[in-house]
Amino acid sequence: MRLSQVTPALVALGIMATAPDAWAYKVYVTNEKGNDITVIDSETLEVIDTFKAGQRPRGITISKDGKELYVCASDDDIVNVFDPVTYKRLHTLPSGPDPELFVLHPSGNPLYIANEDDNIVTVVDVKKKSVLAEVPVGVEPEGMGVSPDGKIVVNTSETTNMAHFINTETFEIDTNVLVDQRPRFAQFTADGKLLYVSAEIGGTVAVIDPAAGEIIKKIEFAVRGIVPEALQPVGVRVTKDGKKVFVALGPANRVAVINGETFEVEKYLLVGQRVWQMAFTPDEKLLFTTNGNSNDVSVIDVETLKVIKSIPVGEQPWGVVVAPE
Amino acid sequence: MRIWVARCLAALAALSVPVMSHAADKQVITVGVLKVERETPLPISRLDLPPADLGFQGARLATEENLTTGRFTGQDYQLEEATAPPDESMAALDALIENGARLIVTLAQAEDLVALSQHVAGRDVLLFNAQAEDDALRTETCLANVLHIAPSRAQKADGLAQFLAFKKWREVFLISGSHPQDELWAEALRRSSKKFGLKIVEERVYEDTGGARRSDTGHVQVQKQMPIFTQRAPDHDVLVAADEADVFAAYLPYHTTDPRPVAGSAGLRPIGWHPANEAWGATQFQRRFEKLAQRRVRSLDYQVWLAARAVGEAATRVKSSEPQAIKDYILGPDFELGVFKGTKVTFRPWNQQLRQPVLLANDRMIVSVSPQTGFLHRVSLLDTLGFDEPESTCAFHK
Repeated sequence: MRLSQVTPALVALGIMATAPDAWAYKVYVTNEKGNDITVIDSETLEVIDTFKAGQRPRGITISKDGKELYVCASDDDIVNVFDPVTYKRLHTLPSGPDPELFVLHPSGNPLYIANEDDNIVTVVDVKKKSVLAEVPVGVEPEGMGVSPDGKIVVNTSETTNMAHFINTETFEIDTNVLVDQRPRFAQFTADGKLLYVSAEIGGTVAVIDPAAGEIIKKIEFAVRGIVPEALQPVGVRVTKDGKKVFVALGPANRVAVINGETFEVEKYLLVGQRVWQMAFTPDEKLLFTTNGNSNDVSVIDVETLKVIKSIPVGEQPWGVVVAPE
Repeated sequence: MRIWVARCLAALAALSVPVMSHAADKQVITVGVLKVERETPLPISRLDLPPADLGFQGARLATEENLTTGRFTGQDYQLEEATAPPDESMAALDALIENGARLIVTLAQAEDLVALSQHVAGRDVLLFNAQAEDDALRTETCLANVLHIAPSRAQKADGLAQFLAFKKWREVFLISGSHPQDELWAEALRRSSKKFGLKIVEERVYEDTGGARRSDTGHVQVQKQMPIFTQRAPDHDVLVAADEADVFAAYLPYHTTDPRPVAGSAGLRPIGWHPANEAWGATQFQRRFEKLAQRRVRSLDYQVWLAARAVGEAATRVKSSEPQAIKDYILGPDFELGVFKGTKVTFRPWNQQLRQPVLLANDRMIVSVSPQTGFLHRVSLLDTLGFDEPESTCAFHK
């Protein structure tokens, strides 16, 4: 979303846009403890707004047209849908109990939600606001990834330690891949040829060939001066060309940068404390990370691989999404 | 008829969830839980009255979880439960084995556990100690067919001592009870104090003179007794109570002569699990347990759960139900298990003790979790808690 498009709203709030012609995006950060969402301008890297988001907001995503912001309100057992410009709550979606993370189908509908307490993935039609299916998965479903062609949704179950491949037409599980302890996040490459699954307690990221349903490589981490127990991979993001893979390492306060061709870790970037989730700007120039224990967001320059700023946000930032162009 | 019903259920399961193999080929892993029951006095607080299903509910939850995973691996899990007094515990153990359970979690005191271990020595049976915390079982009385899930007294005492060192509460006033288990707990606390540079400035023993644990208006006497008992102590930062028998420690907070925090058996307690823990995804575990058991979880439930989950994890990875294969994997380098305490747990191969963080909690909240930052170890940070390899005569890995 261009900042110029939202200028009237900002002016109404008494804030002047500094560079209305530059490409700027709105960055939305859920604050798990603060029960609100912090809005950051990706151009100025300043906080421009904060609004209430329900009880314990965690997972967050946005519709392809940028008109609906979806937020898991975990303690309210619903998904809140906000207008990304006015921040007004438009409506809610049924989510099943304790929604934590979700993923939107590439077509923009439906939404696939992991319900940690019930060992199911709930499939919700975001237009009809109804539940299409409930898919039984392993214990404590958490991470959700979708293949670029939309045919496969992958759910990770934290206690069963599997990546479950759900066929989006039949809602049945085609394949299960056993990974290391407490898998948290699943991320396909843009070409759909690779799937990265992080294992928080196992301390590894599995690189999976989705076609074969097999692990082709397990990435391990090591940082001098950091105890191995603290290297806990959570969020994973991959550039569109598949060449750079970013992995948030939780209490190690680092983001690992991995070569997407050799799967070697090339760099560790120092960010805030307990880094969990990340999001690129649509032009992939910047990557924002949520740092739950230091209550801030780190901004990574993707080209130079430098941390250029940390921005104080609300209490215990958890999820982050950037508005589309 | 019975077989028909079983097949029918299996067919239903196959319809609802895709499984890798046909239901008829399913590998069955049977976990047993044996509680050896002894007469124990009532706890000092009625909030601590033990529920009849203590421990068993942990196994039931773990079995549900293992079954969910088993749907995807083509494995089936069964649970066999038994309760017996000490003199009938061997027969109960034999009956469990007869019913197919060769992976058996014990809820037993040290002497009962030793007897059970000897009873099945040389047989293809693996025991998981969920209750006995005795350090001797980890250092001298080395039981080859027992894996220790319960944290040892040394692990708990080290967890507390690390926190006191972190707080710089180095001067300790130690009060222990007069029961044998109190002395074992006090000994562990003395060892930990030395290990982490604390100084015990005075020790006193609180004699248990018997009688009822609770009485109407008992607090009136306590309010007079405890200040007198704790007066004229040298300067100290913290009072540590060793009262496993649960006779007096709970009366200490707010009644000491000197206004000092209480730790050990009351106040700040080192424990394996706490129903208030919400970190590291523990909320989901608490909710699952409460939904199943209709009560809050206790450490013993958690430890039995952990034992049965370790079996499930190993069976998933090695695709076997054989005790030896399960044991080899659990003690091997690839085993790791997430247990909602922020770090994976593994086993010490030399004495078969589970490495684990120790929670430090008051009655309502988690205060801290040990190991504390800054205590380092060449193998695992968790090895800063409890006896280390050179301190133990057990050497199962050699």
